[in-house]
Amino acid sequence: MTEVAKIETTLKDWETDQEVRWCPGCGDYAILKAVQRTLPQLGADPKNTVFISGIGCSSRFPYYMETYGFHTIHGRAPAFATGVKLANPDLDVWLVTGDGDGLSIGGNHMMHVLRRNVNMQIMLFNNEIYGLTKGQYSPTSREHTRTPTSPLGSVDHPANPCAFALGSGARFIGRGFDVSKNLPDVLKAAHAHQGAAFIEIFQNCIVYNKDVFDDFAAPKGAEDRQLWLEHGQPMLFGNAKKGDIKGLKLVPETFSFEVVDVVDGDWEAAGVCVHDAKNRMLAHMLIELEFGPYPMPLGVIYDDPKPTYESAVIAERAKAVEGKDNNLARLLAKGQTWTVSGTAQDPV
Amino acid sequence: MTKAFCFMATQTADPIIHNASPDAVVVRFAGDSGDGMQLTGGQFTLSTALAGNDLATFPDFPAEIRAPQGTLFGVSAFQINFGSREISTAGDAPDVLVAMNPAALKVNLASLKPGGLIIADSGEFTKRNLEKAKYESNPLEDGSLAQWDLLAFDISALTIEAVKDFGLGNKDALRSKNMWTLGLALWMFDRDRQPLIDWLNAKFRTKPDIAAANVAALNAGHAYGETAELSGPLKQVHIGPVESAPGLYRTITGAEAVSLGLVAGAQLAGLPMFFGGYPITPASSILHHLARLKEFGVTTFQAEDEIAAICASIGASYAGQLGVTSSSGPGIALKGEAMGLAVMTEMPLVIVNSQRGGPSTGLPTKTEQSDLYQAVYGRNGDAPIPVVAASSPGDVFECAIEACRIAVEYMTPVMLLTDGYIANAAEPWKVPDVDSFEPFTAKFLTENNNPDGKVLPYKRDAKGARPWIKPGTPGLMHRIGGIEKKEGTGNIDYSPENHQAMTDARKAKIDGITVPDQGVTLGEEGGKLAVVGWGSTFGPIRRAVDNCRKKGLDVSHIHFRHIWPLPANSGELLRKYDKVLVPEMNTGQFKTVLRDQLLVDAQPYTKTSGQPFKIAELEAAIELALAE
Repeated sequence: MTEVAKIETTLKDWETDQEVRWCPGCGDYAILKAVQRTLPQLGADPKNTVFISGIGCSSRFPYYMETYGFHTIHGRAPAFATGVKLANPDLDVWLVTGDGDGLSIGGNHMMHVLRRNVNMQIMLFNNEIYGLTKGQYSPTSREHTRTPTSPLGSVDHPANPCAFALGSGARFIGRGFDVSKNLPDVLKAAHAHQGAAFIEIFQNCIVYNKDVFDDFAAPKGAEDRQLWLEHGQPMLFGNAKKGDIKGLKLVPETFSFEVVDVVDGDWEAAGVCVHDAKNRMLAHMLIELEFGPYPMPLGVIYDDPKPTYESAVIAERAKAVEGKDNNLARLLAKGQTWTVSGTAQDPV
Repeated sequence: MTKAFCFMATQTADPIIHNASPDAVVVRFAGDSGDGMQLTGGQFTLSTALAGNDLATFPDFPAEIRAPQGTLFGVSAFQINFGSREISTAGDAPDVLVAMNPAALKVNLASLKPGGLIIADSGEFTKRNLEKAKYESNPLEDGSLAQWDLLAFDISALTIEAVKDFGLGNKDALRSKNMWTLGLALWMFDRDRQPLIDWLNAKFRTKPDIAAANVAALNAGHAYGETAELSGPLKQVHIGPVESAPGLYRTITGAEAVSLGLVAGAQLAGLPMFFGGYPITPASSILHHLARLKEFGVTTFQAEDEIAAICASIGASYAGQLGVTSSSGPGIALKGEAMGLAVMTEMPLVIVNSQRGGPSTGLPTKTEQSDLYQAVYGRNGDAPIPVVAASSPGDVFECAIEACRIAVEYMTPVMLLTDGYIANAAEPWKVPDVDSFEPFTAKFLTENNNPDGKVLPYKRDAKGARPWIKPGTPGLMHRIGGIEKKEGTGNIDYSPENHQAMTDARKAKIDGITVPDQGVTLGEEGGKLAVVGWGSTFGPIRRAVDNCRKKGLDVSHIHFRHIWPLPANSGELLRKYDKVLVPEMNTGQFKTVLRDQLLVDAQPYTKTSGQPFKIAELEAAIELALAE
């Protein structure tokens, strides 16, 4: 892959002339703006940028980006994106999917794009509902969610997207939510990561699953419920203005976390853990933290690159073709041949 | 065990194998699936080709990889028809049956010609094996084989004896049994052993002992033939070379030919090829072949499933390569939705279907032509896709190039139909001159095609094709997808008049594809009866029509390569015959297409046994059609 020169653009350069058709108030608007705000900061080049999506509300995203865009079929965007990256690894691919598209019908492809580690950013908009088909429960809907297909409340256990991604072999796990001012930072970190970068973005579906994330995303009291992770920094949360700071301390005996109070900012004395984004075990623990007793971990949970799939394919190809003849006529005549001249045969 | 040897000459014998120089012979090698019959057949094929015979083969093996040893369902067979005249099928009935165990004898005996020769490994006709094959008494000894010639001797013991100097255990020694048998067959048909010896030495380069043991077994089988001839009963048969067009020849299987044709097609288009596949019988061998051709700009991708295989290929086409995917019926069914997207986004793509018996998992290793409806009609919405069908292993090469041409020139997915028979069968192939094919270099749009504004990704050329625009091209950013596109801009547009216009445009583009006029394959342009075929029925139809014409019957053979769209002259041509008979290995699918598209009274003649047509069956059908 060649190093691509950084380009000067503004947010406007990334907007299309197409009318945005999400419901008024949909969290998708905020995510679209966050992406359009982030790309100029990355120095990204619209002509080398490709947005690829599946089917669902989130998957309309490419139509609103002044880049190359491919709105594909339900659940299969990771497979299309893999083909695009193998054909042209220099393209900067962003995959847009949702909880139904990416984890239900397309769960298999999601697993494989992550384990192969194809270099792209994967934004999974998680609204815990099927929006475009009018409100059926999704694989991330919480138990007892009442929808047209679960009038008595859903009985399925929900999937945890980040745990799925990590279990599939993802080397980057980020998490944010639609209206968060920190979302661009997560996107930038994902973009900087070479390999498949999985970003779960909690997204408010104001029509079918309104405010379902308010328990941690609502502005009031957010400090107490959001743990924004930063590599090399202590895992602290709480209201700094009120001097009410807490942190996560590891309890080795039970291999779990304990929420501890930090007095006078001395987090070391309180035994608060420092976040290490390269620690896979830590990532597992953070992803599995139960919200309620613990805050919601957000930001870059895990970021430990390894060689990408396409680089391995390119390297393998280079090795395979070394010293090989690529003359088609000779290929066709390969193996044991014989010549017919007139009626006599001469084995070659 | 001592050599058991018996030979019963019969008076009812068809003379073919008793004739010292017949013009063609059919040999069937049959054994347990672990006996290496496919390899034996493949190598015998090669030596036959090198001797200048024309030939056709029919590998017939079970779906089980290693079925329980000695069972009837574990029998694997390889049939070859070779001769000094043109050979168009693997032969209706074998003249010689090589049976490596009782099950192989039982399963294959029915097809053996009366008076034909059975060569059996008596060492395998043990009580236990006879029970497994459900024989109540030993057929080698109970006289039940009296209507055939029988040569029974202990090939197992002879093989062990031949390789005893190489220090192999009995189990390993017996692995060379197929080479012993091959050696005997090579002697019987007066074949040169050297290419085989070279091949064995190359194959077992790193295991010289195994190579030497196999060569010893091969030589021992050959020597046994000579000795047996001296003692009387076994005769050597000479089949001279066939008259062929001058040129360089090799043998080729359909799976090889389709791979080479795709490589050639991508080169003629000036594009790297991306091949997305998922393992499935009998299509996997295409993926195997192409995985070894990276130096020809081929990227192979073994996807997580059939759907991902086609989707990744479409993604690669979108990014500017020639996307190709391949499967067999069940896998093609899974790809259906993605094919629709390729139709909607008008993306070049080649889809190869190596058909097998269906529905569902059906007959994975047997052949059928029952995916024609699926190819022509099998998608949601009005989603026309051109369909090209190959008629023989060698013909697939040209068909693959043709599929690539249509895909690139018309910006469309194209279905290439082949089948299990073509994929596995081998025939001599005159190596084509690559320069004889007209290039169809792909063109990418690099400048804005709209003087009045933004690029128009759905602005059509004279053929109705939209421009191919690679992501990465400056100034041409645009969005495509599966939702109905607005003419020109490609933006989302559900409006009634736009959907009507776009449906019409997609149909007109496919209907307007230029395909060569249909010719008469054998016979006259007009007459009492046209036998119309497509795909791998080519060989038996040709031979049957030829035989009937020699009997003075007014019948001609017309074989279609272009199934959709049909050649423009098809209706006019078929109306020149009083009757049209369509033999197919399905329940009459092409017959339906012909009736639908041409309004001709095409009559079906169908077979769905998983086995190719026999020439005799077709001759009878032709005679019946003419008598009615």
